[in-house]
Amino acid sequence: MNLFNAILIGLKEVWAHKFRSLLTLFGVVLGVASLVGMSAIIKGMENGMRESMIAMGGADKVILQRQAVPAYQEHLADQAPGRTLVDVIALKQGAPLLRVISPEMAVPDAMVSRGDKRASPEECVGVWPEVLEMNLHTVEHGRFFNALDEEKAHAVCVIGTGIRDSLFGDPDEVGREIIPLGETIQINGQPFVIVGMFTQYASEQDLKARALRNQANASTNKVETKKSRGWGRKGGWAFWRKNNTLYIPLNTAWVRFRMAGDLDGIPDPRLSDIDLKVKSMEQMELALQQAKNVLLVTHRGIEDFTFQTQESQVENINKQIKNARLSGGIIAGISLLVGGIGIMNIMLASINERVREIGTCKALGATGVDVFVQIIVESVVLSLLGAIAGLAASLLIVDLLSFIAPTGNTPIITWEAQAIAVAFSGSVGVFAGFLPAIKAARLEPIQALRYE
Amino acid sequence: MALLELRNVSKIYHLGGEEIRALDDVSLDLDQGEFVSIIGPSGSGKSTLMHILGCLDSPTLGNVVLAGTDIAKASARELARVRNRTIGFVFQFFNLLPKLNVLQNVELPMIYAGIGSRERRERAEKALEMVELSHRLKNRPNQLSGGQQQRVAIARALVNNPKIILADEPTGNLDTHTGELILALFRRLAAEGRTVILVTHNPEIAAVTPRRIEIRNGKIAHQVDAKLAGLDRVSKAPTEGQPS
Repeated sequence: MNLFNAILIGLKEVWAHKFRSLLTLFGVVLGVASLVGMSAIIKGMENGMRESMIAMGGADKVILQRQAVPAYQEHLADQAPGRTLVDVIALKQGAPLLRVISPEMAVPDAMVSRGDKRASPEECVGVWPEVLEMNLHTVEHGRFFNALDEEKAHAVCVIGTGIRDSLFGDPDEVGREIIPLGETIQINGQPFVIVGMFTQYASEQDLKARALRNQANASTNKVETKKSRGWGRKGGWAFWRKNNTLYIPLNTAWVRFRMAGDLDGIPDPRLSDIDLKVKSMEQMELALQQAKNVLLVTHRGIEDFTFQTQESQVENINKQIKNARLSGGIIAGISLLVGGIGIMNIMLASINERVREIGTCKALGATGVDVFVQIIVESVVLSLLGAIAGLAASLLIVDLLSFIAPTGNTPIITWEAQAIAVAFSGSVGVFAGFLPAIKAARLEPIQALRYE
Repeated sequence: MALLELRNVSKIYHLGGEEIRALDDVSLDLDQGEFVSIIGPSGSGKSTLMHILGCLDSPTLGNVVLAGTDIAKASARELARVRNRTIGFVFQFFNLLPKLNVLQNVELPMIYAGIGSRERRERAEKALEMVELSHRLKNRPNQLSGGQQQRVAIARALVNNPKIILADEPTGNLDTHTGELILALFRRLAAEGRTVILVTHNPEIAAVTPRRIEIRNGKIAHQVDAKLAGLDRVSKAPTEGQPS
């Protein structure tokens, strides 16, 4: 049996019953569209998460976290020292497998103001210059702190562009770049001089959009103000957070905000955070064990700390993606199953209508195999038409989704997803055609000829 | 040796425990180039005989020898091959595939025979030329008259160059004039050396063939062969033959 002819007859069959075929194909179209659309959305999510993770400091960042003392040390809980600069210095000297150690001391309830404008930074912390490497910051304007700032506890700060936007205006809205170096702002009422500003952090996609906008502006020579769509903050949570950072020297944080004591009048020397980076990812375990040994000494054996690696974060992300994939796959699978049942139904109806045609073919010398192949091919043609329509529909769905809910994560249609969807619906066609094809192949030529 | 020999062929059906002999011990020889009609009322076993002659069905008992090979016990696949190569069918309702055009309909048996597309087209065009339909190649069957459709069907039956043409009431759906043209075409085919078997219930149509076989109650009731030595040879069936 000639495959080309089989396909041709299949297409003619579909064309002869346009509306019926259309209805039948709906399941397959939906299945393919949801499969491709889902995987596009998940891919977008994945990319967004990956970018966010890099924005938060990369995969090799380890956070030394506070932890409730274990049960067997319950009685020592009030002697737990917490994370202090002592730990940092001890780690620097005693844990050579660590590359970067960055302590942070948060300014409690920080409120920044300039004139009548206020901002509450996501992070208002005292840091060492190590923080740049730790959190992958880039100082675009001005400078970062130096040893003198630290030593003398200078009232200087380096801000992210988010703080600048709140206090000085958003260049996208004002229409010109604002670099507030040398300006004085108030942190909880104390004056600080801005000595540096970070670059604006944004996702790949936002950067592209921005470049495009700038290009358009340059060519039309008009100032276009930013249009905000939906409830999305500029370019995703992680980037928004990173842009709303305000750093002061660690010593300044201590001297100005902590040393005088809190409500109880007792100064709190504990750091809000210690971040670590190891020399190499391969030696992660070893390095962490080393750090743990050192810290157990400084903490007098009280295990009130733990390490949170990004690995667990990555695991988390992967788990979420896997779940999303699974649920998307199940939805698509069910749609395709329904589509397959539709195709089977229509093929059964079709061969019942064509009993005489099939009988004629058999009388003319078609073997059971010929008839079987013909019906299977028709079924596959039907399902592949559905798949093609589904691919087109998935483009629309993805467009629609990114229009309705513009997040930082644009859905990305991958050719793998498309190939899988097409292959899957093709096999659905084969399976759906199987029963009708067997039924048709088994028709006796005489019965077929007698059938009216 | 005859082209097609039936030896003591019986076809037995079982309907609710009851045994029905649709064909009962029929023996028959058909030679090459013969123009034969099989007549009989409905229920006589005429259709069953036609199915067995056309290799659409296998007999319960007996042998069917086609060109020297016994095909009584052949598999469905082998029967399909025989139908494809050796027998051309012409049906009462034409049985053209409505979604294919005239040319594609005629090409169909060659597709099953595995013939390449160029040769298929050549041979189909030639066959259609023979039935004088060269100008309707791209038409759909429903755009043709009944006589034209039957001619397409004949072209389709001829295209694999079969030894036997089996026509089941070929004129049943045609007006008298068109029917006569079709019958003339069959006569020509027989003269060219093909065995043409005409199955009909109409004695007038059967009258055009030199040899007539009448079936009643699953047996050959009556045979007339005008070719035999000027006189009509009348052979009574051995048991309960009835004169026509």
